[in-house]
Amino acid sequence: METIGAFVPLIAALPFMGALLPGLMIRAGRDACAAFAALPTLLAFILLMVNAPAVLGGEVFLYRIDWMPALGLNANFMLDGLGLLFAGLILGIGLLIILYARFYLSERDSMGQFYTYLLLFQGAMVGIVLSDNILLMLVFWELTSLSSFLLIGFWSHLPEGRQGARMALVVTGMGGLAMIAGMLILGNIAGSYDLSVILQHKDAIQASPMYLPALLLILLGAFTKSAQFPFHFWLPHAMAAPTPVSAYLHSATMVKAGLFLMARLWPVLSGTPEWFYIVATVGLITMITGAVIALFQDDLKALLAYSTVSHLGLITMLLGFGTPMAAVVAVFHIINHATFKAALFMSAGIIDHAAHTRDIARLGGLRRLMPVTFVITTVAALSMAGIPLFNGFLSKEMMLEEAAHTAWAGQGWLFPVLVTIGALFSVAYSLRLIWHVFLGPQRRDYPASPHDPGIGMWGPAALLAVLVVLIGLMPALIAGPLVAASAGAVIGGELPDYALKIWHGFTPALWMSIVAVAGGAVVLSRHAGLAGRWQRGAWLQAKGMFDAIMRATVGASRWCADLLHDGAFTRFAGIFVITAAVAGLWAWSGGDMGAPNRVMAPVNIVALTGWVLLVGAVGALVLFHHNRMLALILVGVAGLIVSLGFVYLSAPDLALTQISVEVVTIVLMLLALNFLPNHTPRESAPARRFRDGAIALLGGGAMAALVYAILLRDSAFESISAYHLANSYIGGGGTNVVNVILVDFRGFDTLGEITVLGIAGLIIFALSQAVVGSSAGRWLDQWRPEQALAGDRHPVMMIVATQALMPIALLVGVYIFLRGHNEPGGGFISGLIVAIAVLMQYMASGFDWAVARQRFQYHTFIALGVLIASFTGIAAWFADRPFLTSDFGYFRIPPMEQFELATAMAFDLGVFLTVVGAVMLALESLSGLSRGSVMYADIRPAPEPAPDEIAPAERMS
Amino acid sequence: MELLVASAIGVLTAAGIYLVLRQRTFPVIVGMTLISYAVNVFLFASGRLVVNMPPVLRDGVDSYTDPLPQALVLTAIVIAFGMTAVIVLMSLGSFISGRTDRIDLSPKQDASE
Repeated sequence: METIGAFVPLIAALPFMGALLPGLMIRAGRDACAAFAALPTLLAFILLMVNAPAVLGGEVFLYRIDWMPALGLNANFMLDGLGLLFAGLILGIGLLIILYARFYLSERDSMGQFYTYLLLFQGAMVGIVLSDNILLMLVFWELTSLSSFLLIGFWSHLPEGRQGARMALVVTGMGGLAMIAGMLILGNIAGSYDLSVILQHKDAIQASPMYLPALLLILLGAFTKSAQFPFHFWLPHAMAAPTPVSAYLHSATMVKAGLFLMARLWPVLSGTPEWFYIVATVGLITMITGAVIALFQDDLKALLAYSTVSHLGLITMLLGFGTPMAAVVAVFHIINHATFKAALFMSAGIIDHAAHTRDIARLGGLRRLMPVTFVITTVAALSMAGIPLFNGFLSKEMMLEEAAHTAWAGQGWLFPVLVTIGALFSVAYSLRLIWHVFLGPQRRDYPASPHDPGIGMWGPAALLAVLVVLIGLMPALIAGPLVAASAGAVIGGELPDYALKIWHGFTPALWMSIVAVAGGAVVLSRHAGLAGRWQRGAWLQAKGMFDAIMRATVGASRWCADLLHDGAFTRFAGIFVITAAVAGLWAWSGGDMGAPNRVMAPVNIVALTGWVLLVGAVGALVLFHHNRMLALILVGVAGLIVSLGFVYLSAPDLALTQISVEVVTIVLMLLALNFLPNHTPRESAPARRFRDGAIALLGGGAMAALVYAILLRDSAFESISAYHLANSYIGGGGTNVVNVILVDFRGFDTLGEITVLGIAGLIIFALSQAVVGSSAGRWLDQWRPEQALAGDRHPVMMIVATQALMPIALLVGVYIFLRGHNEPGGGFISGLIVAIAVLMQYMASGFDWAVARQRFQYHTFIALGVLIASFTGIAAWFADRPFLTSDFGYFRIPPMEQFELATAMAFDLGVFLTVVGAVMLALESLSGLSRGSVMYADIRPAPEPAPDEIAPAERMS
Repeated sequence: MELLVASAIGVLTAAGIYLVLRQRTFPVIVGMTLISYAVNVFLFASGRLVVNMPPVLRDGVDSYTDPLPQALVLTAIVIAFGMTAVIVLMSLGSFISGRTDRIDLSPKQDASE
């Protein structure tokens, strides 16, 4: 039965909400950081467990949030047995991994960042298993790919880490793209993107002609994520990640996402021959190849990685059989595999930590040195081998039983024989893990002295090992209800008759198990000889092939790009202008234009003078642009005239903005001229200049004609501005209509724009850091300016004047900000004014002086600004209104007059902070280039320059 | 007045395009600045030219100019500064790395990227 469960989205949201906590709490120490990372996971886990009994009893919790109904994308969540199983695995094992990672990560690893990525991944994974809408599931799917990329590449200083992360992202991303297509087709056939609807339409889906394409695409997504053959090669390379990541993502959770998808869509996709042949065959092949390759790996983690591939193949094969009983076994094995595999990965991490090596060839005889680890690893490895009394045996038995009764293309022997071979190799590598690492004589040449770690590291693994034994001994009691509930969700109907018990009688499965165990032991005893032959075999190296394919693709796209563009920017700029003009001409000739119906505004002497100045300045600019300082002055003149034009033509806000932007632009270009040569050489031939002039005249003429045509005619459609003018005071509370449009009517646009501005500031900062850090940075250190500096670097008069002006300038900035809602002003303009005031301090007193007195980094301003603006919008949700609805009221503080306050002012504050931060960050980064780094300013007093010595140059200091 | 504004936009655009077609990065940046001025005035002018009717509501005044193009241009001016800053830094970076401020990549330079 279905009930409304408002807690379900909360379970998925908790890890996301807590994701920033570890980054903040790392300052309080590693324990606090780990505790705060475990907190959201623990809360979500408790929330899940509290409702688990109801779900195990058969209830399904649903919760629907409308997001974009027009697209069919709604945030619908569902908690049923399958979701309970997976969410429990993700959150429960997540808690253990957080504890383990606290002790595994070294002092140099940034733990806060690690836990943040881990929590992001966890939230995305829980989102996949709890979502009821396949489009929502896709969003979370891609999020897991991204967070997995961040986690695999966590040790970004290692090239294997970077390559492994890239490979994983490319493969799983490609699968994700295919899956999007498949899901869209599926939703199209079923008529809705909600899973609860899709799962009712089995017959329609299977009868549809698009069934096979949808199946193939969705399976592509599932197979890439779960590392099935032939997409299995990324998983071993992902082992470059820290061991907690391998234990969590690549054994227990992320790689199971593909299996989850197949299980979730099992009711509608399975049962057809296509499903059987594709899924079961791929699973079988993966199981065998994974097991065989695993046996011959010397790296502990690589062995475990390939064994994971093999077990995932096993589960895939079971899901592929398409019978309800096989689905039950698949679900059971998911539980078992997660427990013993996570324990094994943690043990591998412990051995790596203790002995400083993961190479099996260098290990051996560790049982006396690390007894606790020995016990844990043996328990888990025996379970992996399928030895009785451990949980792996139970699910493997049931799997062998199923395989014994399944025929492939009519051949009844194929599955049983091949599956036994797979089980044989599985026994071999599991026993190898115990035999070659722990048993045997103790060596004298371990890289470090191995010993058992603290309980923080072996505790989680021990807990899982205990679970392995408990489920192995009393499966029906411990795992029974969970298997029943989740298998019921997968099958979508009646559960078959089965029993989770150790002894089933003398079934074919038992004989196959005995053969596998005996054969595995034999193969292991011959391991040395076989390993030699394996090494000599010329196997296809997956990574080599992957790299070759990537190189070929990149080469092909480069060839294609070079055909079209050979790097001559000027030529293509010219072509662009000509094309635009021709396109405009073609459009004009195809449409029809009404007669002029506006009266031309009169010209007076002031306007005419301004025009003459503008044209004169621009003309002089074109003629004398070789002198770059003169060019800047003339640009300033042009900008000033434009600003005066705005004043004259009734745009006071624009005039203020234009003037202040003009100032910072000129300062920006002066900073650039610090390094660039002062003169542009005359190097264009007259013919070329003639050509460029012709193109320029074409472009300018087209533009002028277009504007003239527009200005003489009213627009063909009614303008919407009447609405803004009518409602600005009544609805928005302000009389400055332009500002009310920016922060109220079109506030969402402005939010996007300040975000873009902030990003631009951060890009500039990052680029300047990259320039300074590159090989060019060394050239920068020795760079000296080409001309002599002014004798007095910091004229006292200027220092005094700017310091006296600073409070006045800030006052003006605040005044312009406060009056912005009702008079020309607002966040943008006041932000620029304050930025200019701060800039004056840099210019007058020097870069070092200003940076030494700077309390906050400009990144903080940008972040605060965007956050304040966003929260102003979110606050409207609490009043049950759409995002960014504003409110205003009138207040009176006697003896002052009544004044108006609007929530839009908080939004404007966000705009103000972002503008200040972005402008200052950009200019500070540029001026910091000459000192080698922006962040670490040398605050020692500048040495007195000897008269004949040129000191290191900063135009700004 | 319309003639003045249209010709001013045309002159700014023509000068901007001419400078963009120069072979060094600094004239290109100056040219793009001029073009951005021209485009901003163009957008503003699409609200049609009126004198002495600012869009600030007052008692007793009942005709105002079109406020919407002005709002759009205001953010455009600020973001144009951001864009100018980014391309200035890019040109500086390429100058510092390559010791040259030519804007056209020669074919062999391109192949070695």
